[in-house]
Amino acid sequence: MTDDAVLEVRDLHTHFGVHQGLFSRGDGAEVRAVDGVSFDVRRGEIFGLVGESGSGKTTLGRTILGLAPATSGSIRWKGEELVGLGEKQFRPLRRHLAMISQDPNAALNPAMTVVQGVGHPLRIHGMASSRAEVRQRVAQMLERCGLTPAERFLDAYPEDLSGGQKQRLVIARALITEPEFVVADEPVAALDMSVRAKVLELMLDLKNEMGLTYLYITHDLASGKFLCDRIGILYLGQMVEWGESDGIYDDAQHPYTRSLLDAIPLPDPSRRDRVKRLPRGEIPDALQPPAGCRFHPRCPEAFAACGFEGRDLVEAFEERWTSVDEATFERELDMVGKLGDVEVTRQEVRFPSGQPHELAVWLREHGEQLPTRVTTAIDDVREDADAVVVRFRDAPEPAIQDVDGRQVACHLHGVTVRPDGDHVGDPDAVTAAREPTPTPSWRATGEP
Amino acid sequence: MVATADPVRGALRTRIEHAMRPWRRANPMARWLVIVGGLITLTFAFLALFPNVVAPYGEDQYQYVVGSTDDPRLLEDQRCGTDVECEQIPRRIEPGEGHPFGTTSARLDVFSRVVHGARVAFSIVLLSTLLAMGIGVPLGLMSGYRGGKLDRVLVTLMDAIYVIPGLLLAIIVAFVLQQYFEPGLASAAVAVGVVYVPQYFRVIRNHTLSVKEEPFVEAARAMGAPPRTIVGRYIFFNVVQSVPVIFTLNAADAVLTLAGLGFLGFGVPYPLAEWGLDVSRAITDVVSGFWWTAFFPGLAIMALVTGLTLVGEGLNDIVNPLLRVKGFKGRVPRRRDPAPESQAAGGEADVSQTITRENS
Amino acid sequence: MAESVPTFTTDTATATAPVLEVRDLSVSYGTPRGPLHAVDRVSFDLHAGESLGVVGESGCGKSSLGRGLMQLLPVGAAVGGSVRLRGEELIGTSNSRLRRARGEDIALVFQEPMTRLDPLMRVSDHFVGAIRAHRPKVSKDEAREMAREALAQMGIPRTRADNFPHEFSGGMRQRIMIALGIVLRPAVIVADEPTTALDVIVEAQILDLLDRLRSDEEVGLMLITHNLGIVAETCDRVAVMYAGRIVEIGPVAEVFADPKHPYTQGLLASVISVDTTELVSIDGSPPDLVDPPPACRYRPRCPIKAEGSDRIDPALTSVGADHQAACLLYEGAEIGHGKVQA
Repeated sequence: MTDDAVLEVRDLHTHFGVHQGLFSRGDGAEVRAVDGVSFDVRRGEIFGLVGESGSGKTTLGRTILGLAPATSGSIRWKGEELVGLGEKQFRPLRRHLAMISQDPNAALNPAMTVVQGVGHPLRIHGMASSRAEVRQRVAQMLERCGLTPAERFLDAYPEDLSGGQKQRLVIARALITEPEFVVADEPVAALDMSVRAKVLELMLDLKNEMGLTYLYITHDLASGKFLCDRIGILYLGQMVEWGESDGIYDDAQHPYTRSLLDAIPLPDPSRRDRVKRLPRGEIPDALQPPAGCRFHPRCPEAFAACGFEGRDLVEAFEERWTSVDEATFERELDMVGKLGDVEVTRQEVRFPSGQPHELAVWLREHGEQLPTRVTTAIDDVREDADAVVVRFRDAPEPAIQDVDGRQVACHLHGVTVRPDGDHVGDPDAVTAAREPTPTPSWRATGEP
Repeated sequence: MVATADPVRGALRTRIEHAMRPWRRANPMARWLVIVGGLITLTFAFLALFPNVVAPYGEDQYQYVVGSTDDPRLLEDQRCGTDVECEQIPRRIEPGEGHPFGTTSARLDVFSRVVHGARVAFSIVLLSTLLAMGIGVPLGLMSGYRGGKLDRVLVTLMDAIYVIPGLLLAIIVAFVLQQYFEPGLASAAVAVGVVYVPQYFRVIRNHTLSVKEEPFVEAARAMGAPPRTIVGRYIFFNVVQSVPVIFTLNAADAVLTLAGLGFLGFGVPYPLAEWGLDVSRAITDVVSGFWWTAFFPGLAIMALVTGLTLVGEGLNDIVNPLLRVKGFKGRVPRRRDPAPESQAAGGEADVSQTITRENS
Repeated sequence: MAESVPTFTTDTATATAPVLEVRDLSVSYGTPRGPLHAVDRVSFDLHAGESLGVVGESGCGKSSLGRGLMQLLPVGAAVGGSVRLRGEELIGTSNSRLRRARGEDIALVFQEPMTRLDPLMRVSDHFVGAIRAHRPKVSKDEAREMAREALAQMGIPRTRADNFPHEFSGGMRQRIMIALGIVLRPAVIVADEPTTALDVIVEAQILDLLDRLRSDEEVGLMLITHNLGIVAETCDRVAVMYAGRIVEIGPVAEVFADPKHPYTQGLLASVISVDTTELVSIDGSPPDLVDPPPACRYRPRCPIKAEGSDRIDPALTSVGADHQAACLLYEGAEIGHGKVQA
């Protein structure tokens, strides 16, 4: 493996407009599926993109292949800029940049025979002059992909074949133009476990034979470890940690990576009782990503600087109430008031109903009982005439730092702020967050 | 998967076999519908193609050559009274020997009129549905694939056409066409055809919209296929299977529309034999007790509509796999969920999935 | 039907009678080519507070087994054998008894939760409906309270009980489904691929919940999955299914440490985990169950092909304490499957 990058992705953004409701057309809401991602893929390596569903990994793959339009940023393929290329200008490149798609049952045109479907890229790129030549090259490719004897498959229709065979066809179709770079999006997720290993092995063999470079997109860290030279962990459209895969598996630096690793079920009953640091909840709505570090609402290690915000306080109460007894729940619900009335903005929460004074006192004295450290990020608790207003401090987005030869975006490694992005906090706030504040001012005395 | 010595023939065979697969998997009821409907339709098609073989008289023939054992239609080239001796067909004979469906007050043989009517019905229905298909299918493909403004304009236009009742629309078009062209087969076909364009358009567009999202279409883009190729090779062949269904069902409807036009006097001009026209002209007869002049053309309309509808419904069952799942007779052609073992909310779907899997 | 398979009640850990005794359970579907035996004379026990994992490839009959237990099968499917719940026979019992058993005695949790929740009904109303169908005397308010309690137990905020299903994420919906399953305190939960549609982290959360339920409520948990890792993490015993049969059953620790059946060995080897250093897979695919191989059903794919496996269809035989395998490598299997006199 050499060190030269064939693919350079810099600050890539892919945003989609969302039509909300009947009357808003195109304006307003936007999903930032890929939101400022930078990485390199080196010649001949397998780069793994790992993330949960909703992390933007598939969109990132599609953007690289020009199937989804990038909003901004740069993708360079051997120095050539791909962002902004029109469909027509991109087309000649497509024989070098191939895609192995996810679900073999849907990735093959049911109306084409194997020889038509697999051979179609040759015809599109004018790489074969006659029908006989296409047939011969498809047959060769099928044999290479383990579909032997090829003659048996050439005139079959996809529906006649099993899932594993279909996935081999998808691979054959992707590789028939002898590409250099292949985006493989969950190539085995839809297959039966007994077949997965075989398909992955085929991909590895073909990589070595043909000198391919893979971008392997998966939710499965386990297969990533075996296959990938380097790995990038995506969360809500941002890369949170990336680097050599050995390092990532042995000593993950981002809490999200650690939880992903801990969550993998191990086929070894003797290790069943190991400690798992699982994050709470699920990947949030990409329409309203959390402020600061996007992982903070779920992070088991989140602290004041991570970007706690208004809604985190409400959610912390709700989560608390799943584990307390009925009486406590009733009492605290009376104190907090109807959750439907609570006005939440990023930096402020206003509790208009309930018992304002009791709530303020509770937050000061019992705030630690909440399941997250949300109260550590509170700037001020103010009692109005008939409401409590809780203010949060600014939430800086973590910058990317080099930790043990890996790139990590986490405040745990020293609070740093992204130079770009929308959530950059003001430097004073960040410094304030960094300094230990055992007794914040709003907590000092009973009365404000 | 058949390995043959001759690859070209083998390929052809698997392709034909593939095309026939839905038929072989269809439930017997659907096949039976298609066969019965097909027989009825084919009978009329035969009448339409070779009316003279069956009909004893021409469509506007009211007299025949006396004593001629040959074809009575000899008359066409000769003049009665000068070249040959003719006799007129008697008026208003009840159905019986010589005139199985009776005769009209204009001395026309009803049976021959009905047979010749098949020719008019078939040619107009065929022309009009082909016309509708020729316009509706490409527009639907384009609108569905391109989307955007074009799609919005076309959808609005088609919906506007669709809300007008078919017969009314046909009358309007026929009326407009009358201003510029001689009434005849072609203008009647256009009038009827316009009615059905939105149906093809809507079905093909909606189908295109869903097929467009299939991973294999994205795969085609990723391999560098230009839009023309994607629409032509990846989308068209996956949406085209619903066309025969619409075609037959529309044809059935078109028979009625045509008859309606004829009945109202906007169809083909008399003396061309057309069932709706004949029924319309026979209305006064019915009041006077001559039932047969209206009955037989009406019966023909009904029979052809029934035949075409049966074929259409049967094809619909065969082409649309969801209907086929019931009764476990067929296999679901494509399964897309990754872990089928435990999917499937409904019972039936579940079993056929199991069957598919176990077979593969 | 009489017992025709060696006894399964040798569980030494639990002296009490099992909550669920399954004997010779068969499930078959009619196909145009003849009957398809998705489950073929399967027998096992499930004790209170125990979790049994059922694993195998797609098409091995795992799901049919789970549905067969409850006779939740499509029209045209036939169930045979015996399923005893706390000693009461469920096969052949009345439909009303079965309906009562579903939910009250055995809960089913499926893969895709959204398709099982009515999008137009509040989550709490699902509970009210389910509870009052079984316990008509419970008032609506009491039922709502039970719902909030069950939801909280599954980690769903009480304040969200009156939301609609679409307001919850995938993992939350699965929690709701489990809460619905347990609200009537059933003795057995059958979970059919409950986490297949979910991400690893949510999967781990859900499995954790199921495990807590099993130990806190003393429920018998039958976990159907294709993921051996999940079995290793959550189950006490494991049954490996192949071609409609159980080919190996035993304590998880023992089966994973020393798998006896070649199929189990192959499955374990093909798992891709973080410790994988070599890719191994099983050749071929499971047989057509309309026309299965005549003798040992695994022989066509088996790397060992034990002596006699081309003639004899092996029966389960004891290969250790409470550990059985159906392979001719082991003594006792040669009596053959289903060829024993009753």
